[in-house]
Amino acid sequence: MPWRLLKYGLKKTHDEPRFFPAAKPLKSGYDVVIIGGGGHGMACAYYLAKEHGITNVAVLEQGYIGGGNTGRNTTIVRSNYLTPEGVRFYDTSLKLFEDLSDDFDLNIFYSTRGHFTLAHTDSALRTMRWRAEVNKRHGIDSEVVDREFIAREVPYMDLDCAGHSAVQGALYHAPGAVARHDAVAWGYARGAYNRGVEIHQKTRVTEIRTQGDQVVGVQTDRGFISCNRVISMVAGSTPRITEMVGLRTPIEIFPLQACVSEPVKPFMDTIVVSGSLHVYVSQSSRGEMVMGASVDPSVLHSTRSSFDFVEGLTDKMLDLFPFMSRMKVMRQWAGMSDITPDFAPIMGKTPIKGFYLDGGWGTWGFKATPVSGKTMAWTIAHDKTHELIEPFRLSRFADFDLVGEKGAASVGH
Amino acid sequence: MKLFDCPVIGKRPISEFDYCGEVRRPPLDADETAWADFVFNRNGAPQVLREWWYHRPTGRWYIMERDTLKDEVQRFIDPQEVRYDIPA
Repeated sequence: MPWRLLKYGLKKTHDEPRFFPAAKPLKSGYDVVIIGGGGHGMACAYYLAKEHGITNVAVLEQGYIGGGNTGRNTTIVRSNYLTPEGVRFYDTSLKLFEDLSDDFDLNIFYSTRGHFTLAHTDSALRTMRWRAEVNKRHGIDSEVVDREFIAREVPYMDLDCAGHSAVQGALYHAPGAVARHDAVAWGYARGAYNRGVEIHQKTRVTEIRTQGDQVVGVQTDRGFISCNRVISMVAGSTPRITEMVGLRTPIEIFPLQACVSEPVKPFMDTIVVSGSLHVYVSQSSRGEMVMGASVDPSVLHSTRSSFDFVEGLTDKMLDLFPFMSRMKVMRQWAGMSDITPDFAPIMGKTPIKGFYLDGGWGTWGFKATPVSGKTMAWTIAHDKTHELIEPFRLSRFADFDLVGEKGAASVGH
Repeated sequence: MKLFDCPVIGKRPISEFDYCGEVRRPPLDADETAWADFVFNRNGAPQVLREWWYHRPTGRWYIMERDTLKDEVQRFIDPQEVRYDIPA
């Protein structure tokens, strides 16, 4: 590695192979247009080409690949959700994640860590038991563990939490993992490109054209594209896209912030979440402590960071990990979370023919990258909502048939 | 710390306020579809929203118009402006 670094450092040109070349001019039409070149959009393009033979596809991205919420999440993958619908869905995703490195021939640094969700009160412990039973029923490795177990696995944590909200137990999910989020987006992008998909970065959709209730094309800042099937996979920008087709949804945008500390030697091989304290932490493969909290309190379409966030987060974090008081925060950022009232996504067909929606990903989108790409590709290819995502259909808000995933969101909202 | 410039109580830390969402009027006499729309659907795109804010220390409610793209409060609203009569 050092020799290779030196070799490239001294060279005038850089001849590392590109993942895919710069885009050509837009064609006048495509079979499918995917709006949003994040993990979900790339995964959908990849599975459309790989599993359904649909390759006349354009992915339109207003910024650059994986530069939105795909590059802003805290990379946790788990499937210990609360509802049977959620458990089935996220577990399919976790299993896909485990094979992605082989699938891409690219190391996504998938690292199984073990995931603790701490309970500081009796009522929290009760929810953990409920989740563990639902999980076990669906064959997920998930159990409630006591203080001794936690003390053994996370010895550097203060279980008494500075004496004011002692940890009573935890939900332990052994398959909980982290992965390199950029590698996931780029691996899907390369796989899709090699199968014939066009990827257009810096291409913003300004209008979706319909005739009657059928989609006929999209207007972009680089020209008009005619197409009969358009799918929106834009997470925090979803309301701007649904507004173009006059679709009403319950999605509201709240910023979600995160930060990393300076890198330190590896000491933490688990993921720790506290729903009651609204914080979570894991250590990245570079040694940084990756930390997050709950979403900001008011609606905002911005990725600005705030001092209030770091102040609130570190206050709670030091209760759990007092030794971190001497570590410095190195970087902080925010993403726009598209939150739904039942903390489940909105996926599948919509009342507009040829317009498909994959949104409402709030704070739970990264872990669903493979499965959402796969099920949405199936949905587009068959023009029929895939059975795994049937519970997440938009019409559930008209039928009063919500999913109720709130208890399993990683931190309280 | 972010400050909120309130015309009644002056500059206060934003953390003293609770965000309580858009000011909306329930469809008092409507069918289930209209009610489902009111209960769940929101105006999610960036725009100027009329919102409820609650100041915890003084226990007072405020209505403000805020640009949700720039996070700028543009106007304070007199509650009389948004009041409606509930049919007996």
